[in-house]
Amino acid sequence: MKMNLTRRWALFVFLFPSLLGFLLFYILPFLGCGWYSLVDWSIGGSFVGLKNYVNILSNDLFLMALANTAYFVLLAVPATMFLGLLLAIVLNQKMYGSNIFRTAFVAPMVIPTASVVLIWDILFHTQGTFNALLTSLGFNVIDWLNSDKARIVMVLLYAWKNIGYCMVIFLGGLLRIPKEYYEAAELEGAGTINKLMHITLPYLAPISFFVVVISIINSFKIFREVYLLAGPYPHESIYTMQHYMNNVFVSLDYQKLSAAAYVVAGILGILIYALFRWENKYSSFHK
Amino acid sequence: MPFKLKKLHFIRHNKKFNIYIFLTLLSLFFISPILVIIVNSFMGAEEITQQYPVFASSQSIQNNNEFMTMKLIPDMFTLEQYKNILLRQFLFLKMFWNSVGIIAAIIVGQVVIASTAAYAFSKIYFKGGNKIFYIYIIAMMMPFQVTLVPNYLMVDRLGIMNTYRALILPAIFAPFGVFLMKQFMNYIPKECIEAAQIDGAGYFQIFFYIILPMLKPAIASLIILQFIDYWNMVEQPLLFIDDAVKRPLSTYLSIIGKKDFHYAFAASTIYMLPALFIFFYWECYLVEGIQLNSGIKQ
Repeated sequence: MKMNLTRRWALFVFLFPSLLGFLLFYILPFLGCGWYSLVDWSIGGSFVGLKNYVNILSNDLFLMALANTAYFVLLAVPATMFLGLLLAIVLNQKMYGSNIFRTAFVAPMVIPTASVVLIWDILFHTQGTFNALLTSLGFNVIDWLNSDKARIVMVLLYAWKNIGYCMVIFLGGLLRIPKEYYEAAELEGAGTINKLMHITLPYLAPISFFVVVISIINSFKIFREVYLLAGPYPHESIYTMQHYMNNVFVSLDYQKLSAAAYVVAGILGILIYALFRWENKYSSFHK
Repeated sequence: MPFKLKKLHFIRHNKKFNIYIFLTLLSLFFISPILVIIVNSFMGAEEITQQYPVFASSQSIQNNNEFMTMKLIPDMFTLEQYKNILLRQFLFLKMFWNSVGIIAAIIVGQVVIASTAAYAFSKIYFKGGNKIFYIYIIAMMMPFQVTLVPNYLMVDRLGIMNTYRALILPAIFAPFGVFLMKQFMNYIPKECIEAAQIDGAGYFQIFFYIILPMLKPAIASLIILQFIDYWNMVEQPLLFIDDAVKRPLSTYLSIIGKKDFHYAFAASTIYMLPALFIFFYWECYLVEGIQLNSGIKQ
């Protein structure tokens, strides 16, 4: 009984401050948004049911933004994770200077948005450095940001900023695998591929959950750079969910925005639930 | 640096040598933007205008066949841009200190809130804990634009619009910190805590004497990640703070016009320095924080 009381007291002291702030700044206003998504005007509007949802779900721009975002998350995130893992495995070998390489690969994470945009603009402008290079090699100038090549620019930008961080997290995971496992495997004659498939990858599974979550968050964050680089209405191949919501926000259409927010929240909720199940499965496998 | 020329015998091994070449080229590609920004910040105004006519020249007629190439060595090394920006642009310094104050408050607040809440989620078992944590994760992964409106509404309702609290409070309670700390804390083995409990330690003693010391690398990596994130915030200050003088430095770079373009590199460099400093100082913890006391687990 006494134990139980201190447990409750501890729970209160440790959890309550965070829970209160989280409720106040995230959950309550989000529920408020839910109300907005069901009415036709922010102040004194009347209840219109799911009309706002029907509106955005039949809106071509919204669907395009959704498809582009999904495409980006499904393509850029796994590719970046894979490359990060590859670099981590290479740098995890005993080699001189691996610290220096590690620092260099993570460095892009630290460069402030405005500076990133400045440099990428110089690189990918129609009169930029890459086009200078292309013309000097006898190729035609490419309008990087106003053609479907914009997608390449966006994926490159994301990969450049995030490969290093993925690598660092994987490195942390690799360091935690007990060396004895590899030694035992070697005694039994396991080759590089075998060790990778049966020791390295299974042991990285729990940390991969972390990498996936962080990568998805970061893939949404790359919008800021893309927005500053290509403006509010970029080429349609890089018109993402965030462009849509940003533009709706600027035009003060809170009903549409709230409905869009709930659609995005719903999709992410399902995705994260699936990830969660996957993580639980793996972490119980290790215990 | 552990790099010693004496030990360059790897050149004999061809395969390893190739890996080195590849890694060197790749890392040069990764850090070249930082180098370009720093080098360009030492150029004179005229040289920058000449180098990047598309951005810097106010004339509307531009030669379309002219390309901007990056220059790695300035014609003439000068501190002119730094002098100008630090001595003549009052807004710049003011905004710099705004940023420092805002970020210090956010980071201190978040470290306290995140480590305590993560402890509750990870080590004090209670009904519904997993479900609540799941909601934290969903909220954490929402694109910024989704939480923007809710944040805006609450800031407005609380009457803290146009104050620093509008930027600081939502950031302190951002669920990311809790998530990060809990992920680390999951690796602290149960046995550690059970042993302490047998010795009669309560939840508070366990937190302060066992969890917190182990959490050091995790806190360091939280500080790095949050520093980078909030040092860069642009949208919130533009929405929540009306007075330009009260805004953080991140908004300065976005208001540099064509006329002042020559400041851009020097301003970027100064802006980048605190982030780089924190990063180099604590970078080792990014790896270590995740590795977290592998020795204890066995």
